[in-house]
Amino acid sequence: MIDSTDSGRKPANARTAGGEPPLEEARLRQQAIGVKLRHLFDEVVNEPVPDEFLEILRRADQRASDENKA
Amino acid sequence: MSVSGRSTAPKPPSADDEGFKRELVQLIPHLRAFARTLTGDPTAADDLAQDAMMKAWDARASYQMGTNMKAWTFMILRNQFYSEKRRSWRSSQLDQEAAERTLVAVDDPEAPVALDELRQALNTLPEEQREALILVGAGGFAYDEAAAICQCAVGTVKSRVSRARKALAATLERGGYGRDGRPAGDAMRSILADADRLSGARQG
Repeated sequence: MIDSTDSGRKPANARTAGGEPPLEEARLRQQAIGVKLRHLFDEVVNEPVPDEFLEILRRADQRASDENKA
Repeated sequence: MSVSGRSTAPKPPSADDEGFKRELVQLIPHLRAFARTLTGDPTAADDLAQDAMMKAWDARASYQMGTNMKAWTFMILRNQFYSEKRRSWRSSQLDQEAAERTLVAVDDPEAPVALDELRQALNTLPEEQREALILVGAGGFAYDEAAAICQCAVGTVKSRVSRARKALAATLERGGYGRDGRPAGDAMRSILADADRLSGARQG
């Protein structure tokens, strides 16, 4: 694939003379990173919980109530 | 058997256990997600989350119902992670292999590009910055709650989160982890595009 710009190494985004991205753009970027970060986390949160977890807890609960009865 | 007086008198353990268990079960998905970000490996993460869940269960007598159980269990999970890690540092060779495995696993060609790149960029952050950013930026914790979980000052969390945000943006713009043949800036562009898609219609 051919890069149409004269230098592929140059940062593709526009920058101010100072070398910093404009404020508004920086804010948008942080917002985008925030959205992706939550998405990354929520992806796992939304996975079904493996049965193993509930099974372990059920066994522990069983032990606890057996001890209470004893 | 009388089941009156929740806060006073000898507690009826079974009734309290029931409520505790209900809350704990609801937190499992969140514990799994936090563990995944700490370990970077799904299997190790579930082992860690299960250990933390059992530690929380065993310590249920010391938990005060009605306080922030999510923060409490996250702190247990985090402590568990670091104490296991300290132990495994003795076999640092294994640690190194695990790190390489994680990177390979993350390099799944089927994974959506932007998420993949965010994951890799997250891996370049110092651990304490990564966890602070995850807790505040994804876990929904306030700064003071994150500080309680990490057992550090609120100001420390704030500065870690701020440094993490800056470093992430810089890494993504640079594309500094070298995906083959991709010009710099692509990572940030795909993040921006993907975030747009995720958050749906833009406000006009």
